[in-house]
Amino acid sequence: MIKLVGILVVAVGFALRFNTLLVVMAAGIVTGLVAGMSFNEIMTQFGKFFVENRYMTMPVVLIAPMIGLLERHGLQQRAETLIRRLPAATAGRVVLFYTGIRQIAISLGVSIGGHASVVRPLVAPMAVGAARAHGGPLQEKTIERIRAHAAAAENMGNFFGENIFVAVGAILLMKGFFESVQLEVGVWEMARWGIPTAVVAFGVMAWRSRALDRRIARDRAEQGAEGLR
Amino acid sequence: MTLITVEAFYFIAGAVLATVAVRIAGDPLHPRRWGAAAFWALLAAVFIFGQVFPPMVVGYVVLAMVVLAAAGQVTPTRVAAASQTERAAEAERLGNRLFWPALIVPVVALVGSLVLGRIHVGGFWFVDPRQVALISLGIGALIAIDAARRVTGARTMAPAQEGGRLLQSIGWALILPQLLAALGGIFHRAGVGVVVADLVGRILPTQIPFVAVAAYCLGMMLFTICLGNAFAAFAVITGGIGLPLIVQQHHGNPAIMAAIGMLSGYCGTLLTPMAANFNLVPALLLELKDPHGVIKAQAPMALVIFVANVALMYFCVYRF
Repeated sequence: MIKLVGILVVAVGFALRFNTLLVVMAAGIVTGLVAGMSFNEIMTQFGKFFVENRYMTMPVVLIAPMIGLLERHGLQQRAETLIRRLPAATAGRVVLFYTGIRQIAISLGVSIGGHASVVRPLVAPMAVGAARAHGGPLQEKTIERIRAHAAAAENMGNFFGENIFVAVGAILLMKGFFESVQLEVGVWEMARWGIPTAVVAFGVMAWRSRALDRRIARDRAEQGAEGLR
Repeated sequence: MTLITVEAFYFIAGAVLATVAVRIAGDPLHPRRWGAAAFWALLAAVFIFGQVFPPMVVGYVVLAMVVLAAAGQVTPTRVAAASQTERAAEAERLGNRLFWPALIVPVVALVGSLVLGRIHVGGFWFVDPRQVALISLGIGALIAIDAARRVTGARTMAPAQEGGRLLQSIGWALILPQLLAALGGIFHRAGVGVVVADLVGRILPTQIPFVAVAAYCLGMMLFTICLGNAFAAFAVITGGIGLPLIVQQHHGNPAIMAAIGMLSGYCGTLLTPMAANFNLVPALLLELKDPHGVIKAQAPMALVIFVANVALMYFCVYRF
């Protein structure tokens, strides 16, 4: 039971709004100490995992120069202009379309998305642009809501398409786990059973996309003329 | 033998981070000039020398970065970005040409993933086939940076400058995913999961088949919420709940259990600030005022999909 103290540290630290990095590191140190590791051993573990997981940060760092430069030269504005030419486009449909593409692509083993490389420069401004095209400027809170859904569309498409492809990390991890307990489980069978949830996830995203469009209309109905962007 | 490994791209990323540090050090207007420069320089060092430094040294470097961040030293520059009107004028001037560099990344990532991993002369590989997706992404990013510079006609250092501004706006949260992964690793090594799995198995009446399914899915989701990583949850919860109860006691199908169980874990990923790279970093990237805005948008979807997962598993796992 005492080993769960790290989870407690995280919960309390987040609740008291301490710096998140500090909370996470403290939780790791406390957990390591109660599990009988020395401080140097804990630092070694932090260093080892931090280096192994550099791949998480690398895409953002390498894509930032390109996106930063293009944005400085009006990429987001251009994405908005372009989407205004499609009268059928709404914010909800833009994000739903992206989820669909992302799911299909990744189920074929192709990762084409990313929050830094696609959502920030293209999907989010297109969704906001589509909403503006249908009724003029938006309130700040509406823009935030649309952007949050654009980020959600990326995660939904990524998570609930990925497990259908057999060569992906998750399937290989499951296979490896079953091998370690001497159980023979086929990768194709596991991949196939990812499909029902993928279909459900797309349906749920369609529901939330329509809800987003309705919400935009509602925000607009109650808004005053001030604070529009 | 391989010609290009992912280490080369860590090196380039380290160089980008180092230019951020140098620019901050040379910026007298920066509110926390030396603290911020030190943070980015240390991060650059981890990227460049990660394989050379002993892990313990890296651990203390990480500790130093955390202390700098907690002391409020890692703030963005005060140098103003280009104005809205300036950007709109540039958008007008450049038109759809602006999209080409942005499209290069996914196209190169796609082609690279399909092709690069297969090129080899005997045992000599062009790229490391296990890391082909990351390497393709890295190659795509480098080509795209060059293309963006050509299209916009910007100066050579402009990509580093604008990219640095973007990275500074993310700030210390950039390393949160890596730090959380380390925390997950330490939890795992300390045996936190075993305790959780044991607790669930003791409290719930798992002799009922439905309870076994619900406990497994719930365990996957809750443990993923705690750790921020469904992969870490999988081995623990499947070993502690899924395998002994669903497969051995009730003779369920392990493939169905694993597939839907992992996806229940992903529902947890959608709900947790611990999965910083999916939920918190994007909120910063999209400049949301509410750091949990993305999680709030995802919460209704995650809960509905979770319920659907429990139902799907219950109706299928004991039947096929």
